[in-house]
Amino acid sequence: MLLVHPVRELGQAIPALVGLVLAGRAVGDGQMWWLGPLGVVVVIAWSVLRWMTTRYRITPEQVQLRTGLLQRKTIATPADRVRSVDVTASALHRLLGLAKVDIGTGSHDPGSGLSLDSLPVAEAAGLRAELLHRSASASARTDVADAVSATPGGTAAAAGPVPEATVPAEHEIELARMDFRWVRFAPFTMSGVLGAAAVLALGSRLLDQAGVSAGDVGPLRDGFGYLQRTPIWLDLLLGLAALLVFVTVLSVGGYVLSYWGFRLLRHPHGTLHVSRGLVTTRATSIEERRLRGVELTEPLLLRAVKAARLGGITTGLAAKGSSDGGSSLLLPPAPRAVASDVAARILRDPTPVDAVLTAHGPAARRRRYIRALLASLVLITAAGVAIVWGAPLWLAAAAALTVPVALMLAADRYRSLGHAVAGSVLVTRAGTLARRRDMLECDGIIGWNLRQTLFQRRAGLATLTATTAAGRQRYDVTDVPLSLALPLANRALPGLLGDFLVP
Amino acid sequence: MYLRDPANYVSPRAVAYWTVRAVPLWVLVLAGESLWLWSARDRVRLPVAVLALTVLCAAAHLIVMPRWRYRVHRWELTATAVYTQAGWISQERRIAPISRVQTVDTERGPLEQLFQLANVTVTTASAAGPLRIQGLDRAMAEALVAELTEITGQSRGDAT
Repeated sequence: MLLVHPVRELGQAIPALVGLVLAGRAVGDGQMWWLGPLGVVVVIAWSVLRWMTTRYRITPEQVQLRTGLLQRKTIATPADRVRSVDVTASALHRLLGLAKVDIGTGSHDPGSGLSLDSLPVAEAAGLRAELLHRSASASARTDVADAVSATPGGTAAAAGPVPEATVPAEHEIELARMDFRWVRFAPFTMSGVLGAAAVLALGSRLLDQAGVSAGDVGPLRDGFGYLQRTPIWLDLLLGLAALLVFVTVLSVGGYVLSYWGFRLLRHPHGTLHVSRGLVTTRATSIEERRLRGVELTEPLLLRAVKAARLGGITTGLAAKGSSDGGSSLLLPPAPRAVASDVAARILRDPTPVDAVLTAHGPAARRRRYIRALLASLVLITAAGVAIVWGAPLWLAAAAALTVPVALMLAADRYRSLGHAVAGSVLVTRAGTLARRRDMLECDGIIGWNLRQTLFQRRAGLATLTATTAAGRQRYDVTDVPLSLALPLANRALPGLLGDFLVP
Repeated sequence: MYLRDPANYVSPRAVAYWTVRAVPLWVLVLAGESLWLWSARDRVRLPVAVLALTVLCAAAHLIVMPRWRYRVHRWELTATAVYTQAGWISQERRIAPISRVQTVDTERGPLEQLFQLANVTVTTASAAGPLRIQGLDRAMAEALVAELTEITGQSRGDAT
C-alpha cells in the first residue's frame, strides 16, 4: 500500500531524475553528485505525503475524497450519481494484495470521477458492491449509515465495519465465462496486426535513435546475407511466414493478457459485472437500468471463423468520442453461437437476436453496387492516366482486378443491411469489414433523424437514425426504403410520428 | 403512407440571409482566380474560361440555393413533438418528443441580426439529435421558445 505510489511516481519521474543526475555530473568535477539521490528522496517523500493526506469517506448521501497537503482538495459525489465502479489491479498492486477503485459519475469531464488507489482487495470489492447497490436500490440501507472512513489501505477494519460483512453474499448468475478454446480467435482480430506494427515501428525507431543501422547488428547482418544468397520468392515466403507467426504470437498474447479469466455475472440487484485480465485484472460493473441495448460486432476476419464479440450500449459510461464509441465490452471474441446466446440472456429476450431481418430491397442493392463500382472506376481511370504518363502496364491489370473485389464487397454489403423491431428492441445491421448488429431498446430512443441525399430521394431511400443518450448516440438504419422506414419508426416508438403521417 | 412536411415556413427574409451568407466564399474563389489571371500574362485562355465558369456556378448557386432552402426549411411544434426539416440537396427531417427535450437555445449571429432573424436549437440527451431551426423571424423565435418552455415544463423525467 505504501509502496505503490512511490514506485509508480519514481517510474514517472525517471526522465527528470536522469536529467538531474546528468546535471549533477556536468557541474564542476561532479561535486553536485548528490542531486540525483536527492531527487529520488524528494519524489519518495512527496508520494508518501500524498498517501498520508488522502482520505475517503462514504456516507449514505455522498462519496467524498480529500487529498492534498498544501492545497487541500475535496471531491464529493452524491452516492446515487455513481454509475460505474471499476476495480483495477496492476501486477504491482496484485503482488501487494491491493486494487484501485475508479468511481464514475457519468459526467464526460475528465477528472470529475473519483479514484481511490491502493485499497486492500477485499475492501475494494466490498466498496464496489456497497456503492453499486446503494445507487441501484433506491432504498439506501440505513444500517450502514455510520460512515466507512479510512486511509486508503490503512486501518479499514478498525475504522468501520468490514464492508464485506455489510453486503450479504447473494446469488449471482453467470452469463458467460471465458473458454480456453476462444484463444483461437485471437489471430483473427486486428490487435495482433496493430501490435506487430507498433513493435516494428518502435524497434526501427530505437535502432535509428541509437544511431545503429540495421546492417550493423550481427544476427540481422547474417540474416541479410542469407537472404541475398537465396531466390527472391523464398525470401518473400519466409518473410510472410515469419510475419504471420509474429502477428499470431502477439495477438494470442494480447488476448490472453486482457481476457484471461473473463467472466460476465448478473447480480440480482440489477448490475452486470465483467471481470478479466491475466496480469492486470479489471472488474467493471454496469447498472442494467443504464443498459439500453447490445452491439454484436463481427469484423470480416472474425466472421470468417464464425466468431463475434459483444458490447453494451450504455448511458454515461465511457467518454464521448472514445475509440469504442462509448460501448463497453460484454464479451471478447467468442463463437458466434455463444455471443448470440449471451446477448439474448443480457436482453432477457431471445427475439432480437434470432429475428430475421427485413432486407432493404433492390434500390438499396443497386446503390451498394453503384458505389463499389464507382470507386473501382476511379482507380481504373487513375491507372489509365498513369499508364499514359509512362507507368508499367501491369498497373492496368491490378486496377481491373478491383472490379471483382468491388462486386463481392457490394454483394456482402447488401447482405449485411437489414432491420427489424423484435419485442421492444430495434435491430439494425450494416457493414462488411466491421459488420455490426445493433440491438437498441425502443425505450432508449429519444428521436428520429430521417436523412435523404439527392440520390436517395430519387431511389426512394432514406437513412433513418434513432438518436439515443447511450453508446454511439446514433444508430442508423442505412438506405431503407421510405415505405419501410416510416412503419418501422412508428412501430418502434408508437405515437411520435402519428401527427405527421399521412396514410 | 408518407411523412408530410412540417407546417410552418421560416421567415421570407431568410432567403436574403442565405444569399448574403454564401457570397464571401465565392468572392474568395473569384479573387484567387483573378490573381491567377493577372499573373498568367499572355496565356489567358484557361484562366478566363475557369473564371467564366466560376461566375456561372456562383450565380446559379446564389439564385437557386436560397430559394430551394426556403421551400425545404420548415418546422412544426405540437403538444407532443418537435418536427424540423432542413437542407437543400441533402435534406434531413428530425423529430423529437417534447418529453425528451433538454434545452432550448436561441442565438443570433451578426448577420442574422442585420436581417432580424434568429436560430432556435432544441437539444435532447443525445449528441446526435439537436433540432435546429434557422432563419426564424425574431419575434416568432421568441414566441416559439416561450411556448416550448411552457410545454416542456409540464413533462417530467430526466429525458434520457
